[in-house]
Amino acid sequence: MSTHATTRIVGAPVPRKEGVDKLVGRACYVDDIKREGMWYGATVRSTIPRGLIRSIAFDRRIDWNELTVVSAADIPGENIIQLIVADQPCLADGKVNHCEEPILLLAHPDKHKLREALGGVKIEYDPLPPIFTIEESERQDQIVWGADNLLKSFLLEKGDVDSAWARAAHIVEGEYRTGAQEHLYIENQGIIAEYSAQNGVTVWGSLQCPYYVFKALRGVFDLPEDKVRVVQTETGGAFGGKEDYPSVLACHAALLAKKSAHPVKMVYDRMEDLAATTKRHPARVRHRTALDKDGKLLAIEIHLDTDGGAYATLSSTVLSRATLHSTGPYLCPNVRVRARSWATNHVPYGAFRGFGAPQAVFAMERHMDEIAAVLGVDPVDLRRMNFLHEGDTNATEQLMREPMMLDRLLDRALQESGYHAKRAQFARENARNPVKRGMGIAAFYHGSGFTGSGELYLNSLAGVDVTPEGKVRVLVSNTEFGQGTNTILTQIAAEALGIEYSDVTMAAPDTNMVPNSGPTVASRTSMVVGRLIERACLQLIYLLREQAGLGATYASEEFLAACERYRDAHGEVSSMCRYEAPPGIYWDDQKYHGEAYGAYAWAIYVAQVAVDTVTYSAEVEDFWAVQEVGRVLHPVLATGQIEGGIAQGIGYALYEKVVLADGRMTNNQMTNYIMPTAEDVPPIHVYFEEIPFRHGGYGAKGIGELPHDGPAPAILNAIRDATGVSFTAIPLLPEDLYAGLVASQPVEEPASP
Amino acid sequence: MNANGNARKDAHWPAIRFTVNGESRTVNVPPMKRLLDVLREDLHLTGTKEGCGEGECGSCSVRMNDELVNSCLVPVLQAEGAEIQTVEGLALDGELHPLQEAFLRNGGAQCGICTPGMLMAAAQLLAHSPHPSEAEIREALAGNLCRCTGFVRIFASIASAAGASESEPAQEPIGQSDLERTQHAR
Repeated sequence: MSTHATTRIVGAPVPRKEGVDKLVGRACYVDDIKREGMWYGATVRSTIPRGLIRSIAFDRRIDWNELTVVSAADIPGENIIQLIVADQPCLADGKVNHCEEPILLLAHPDKHKLREALGGVKIEYDPLPPIFTIEESERQDQIVWGADNLLKSFLLEKGDVDSAWARAAHIVEGEYRTGAQEHLYIENQGIIAEYSAQNGVTVWGSLQCPYYVFKALRGVFDLPEDKVRVVQTETGGAFGGKEDYPSVLACHAALLAKKSAHPVKMVYDRMEDLAATTKRHPARVRHRTALDKDGKLLAIEIHLDTDGGAYATLSSTVLSRATLHSTGPYLCPNVRVRARSWATNHVPYGAFRGFGAPQAVFAMERHMDEIAAVLGVDPVDLRRMNFLHEGDTNATEQLMREPMMLDRLLDRALQESGYHAKRAQFARENARNPVKRGMGIAAFYHGSGFTGSGELYLNSLAGVDVTPEGKVRVLVSNTEFGQGTNTILTQIAAEALGIEYSDVTMAAPDTNMVPNSGPTVASRTSMVVGRLIERACLQLIYLLREQAGLGATYASEEFLAACERYRDAHGEVSSMCRYEAPPGIYWDDQKYHGEAYGAYAWAIYVAQVAVDTVTYSAEVEDFWAVQEVGRVLHPVLATGQIEGGIAQGIGYALYEKVVLADGRMTNNQMTNYIMPTAEDVPPIHVYFEEIPFRHGGYGAKGIGELPHDGPAPAILNAIRDATGVSFTAIPLLPEDLYAGLVASQPVEEPASP
Repeated sequence: MNANGNARKDAHWPAIRFTVNGESRTVNVPPMKRLLDVLREDLHLTGTKEGCGEGECGSCSVRMNDELVNSCLVPVLQAEGAEIQTVEGLALDGELHPLQEAFLRNGGAQCGICTPGMLMAAAQLLAHSPHPSEAEIREALAGNLCRCTGFVRIFASIASAAGASESEPAQEPIGQSDLERTQHAR
């Protein structure tokens, strides 16, 4: 165990592994690649939210012999995108369940002729009544999915909620809503596919999870493992948006490649990407909370409902994480969370950084401020009074056995932000100032890795090898898309092997070359995969010492010489490790009880906002983020993760609105889907407290998703502090602020004529 | 469509001449073809990226006649006689440009897709304002969207590059091994 030892490379700000390639413009993204004889592909999509396909007609002015046209009838295997539930067709077959659902695929050697051909396909429908809201879905007037529209439900129970209400000094209720959010990775979705009878399907693309795409292709093409190959190209942002969707696009491109007998490139333009691909699940969260006279939590009851869209995709696992993050970092003896994900005729919602937690944390942390207002206590004191501590059990009755420091994080956040002094100052100044300022706080956690037994189910395999050319390679299917996978995993390997950072490289993220070390999601790479790499390297060093004469201390050349001696004796130099659960882990998938996550990252965020009561704009003026994420493997990358996540969280709270009309996104352009720009992002002050986690790579826990969870509630709490008005829904745009602030004004007597 | 195919088919288009990264280039392409596509498809300079195709994201930013332009909004006929600089023209003789080095040190690039455009916007700023204030940096980048960094490390990178240009480099130079083509030999 090296978590407490001094490290040479782990914790140092080494240059990003693929940084130079990105900075000089030679990093190769999918749209930068051309294959010999390559055609281009496009998608004919549903223009209605629900109905039967009556007819498909092809404009006779177009020479269809020049094109390849693929329909569901061309699918050699199952017409299903394999994910969790087998419900989503690869191509619609007779029926559509959402706007933009793919129906036909076209390919042509010329992009411009392809575009003309797209306009030459006319589809007629017999429409069926669609549903677009959680409320319509739960009323079950129209059944659009399964027997009851219910994609998934969970019930989490601790103690006895029902008997707590009678003992309560206060009962506080609230309803909170969060909107859809677009990932807005700057590189759109894209795949290039090739097919040959001999090699089967090969795809290159912008994606997070090569083995998810691998599984989907095997199903659609009915091919054995050795006839499918998935290669990740440099990926220009993902944020969860390239977790599940690339499986769809890869199957499409590969179907066109097979039928046309040409490599086919499909790269969406921005409008298609925004309209047709997944977004964050909209949610409605209802809280009912019992407290004693001092403000201690007696019972928490939550009804959490999400709009999952037309197919199940990842809605069940997003709902699971929402459930497990819904009660906050607080001790409460009695808890009931009833969570449901509902089908509608929206484009399916999917994974997005935080994966259900931002919705749940928004509701809980907004609700805490409402409770504080009812009780007349300081929101900080209410939180501190109810914090979880080491030795407590959380909502799933998981024992908090690792050291915790929520009080210390809170103290630091208050001190660095000058929270109390600023609140007092703003309270004095606001009365005579049309710009109202306020301070808001959010306390939260994010569970690292797959939920419960998920990591055991993934059964990840990862390791290192040394090639005959003397290249030390990290072998994982975990991908780089900006977060720093390449850098931190090679840091860990170099550290554990006792060689230099520049001596270690990443093997290509290609399913022909790397084992399945699980998907690059769920804040699991540093903690889970990092630990596998650390173990594999220590195992290799042990073997080299025992069997190849590696000394107690050595330079890189001596390490490589020992590798060559080992190779002579054993044929190859490689060391692989499979995931093993930390001891004492227990999880009941039916009752949602036990160790929900191997580790938690903890955070306190503070926002300072200014609300202009003339223009009704709200601006985040300053932001403080204090967190404990285990060991920080790379200070610059870690800080960048926090800052970037906070910027996305600010967008989630104040700017980013997916406007839907009849099931279609109507603002599917960067011109009118607004993310924070360089002029909008406030100074962000990032602080880490470190408690190395014994079972994470060099002590790391997860970090990537945490920073998206806290900004929205901190900002809306600050707006409440500034204006005295409670806003319970995001995004909170100026028109929403106007409506809320005007509604809160006392009605003025009309002036006499 | 490969380059040969383009050349054959497009030979009847009038020649358009301009300079890219100090080299004079001639293309025979439809005059309304986007400069972005000419750079990427005809000149194989794929460092310049497309993010939105409507001039919002700035990923396709290049410098043209000492102005920062979105190359997705420039028909190539407007580039006749122009001097154009793309990201490929920043590093010289294997030496990173001070901005590139500052981005590397300060975490200015994450996924990298906005980075070429960001670098061009930053280079344009520093060409006219060698010691910009934070407000000037923010304004200069207002047309370039980054979804990964929250911009903070990019501001720091530019400030650092501006500072380093007059004082001696505060950090050790980056080793040759870092400049080699790294990772994922594909």
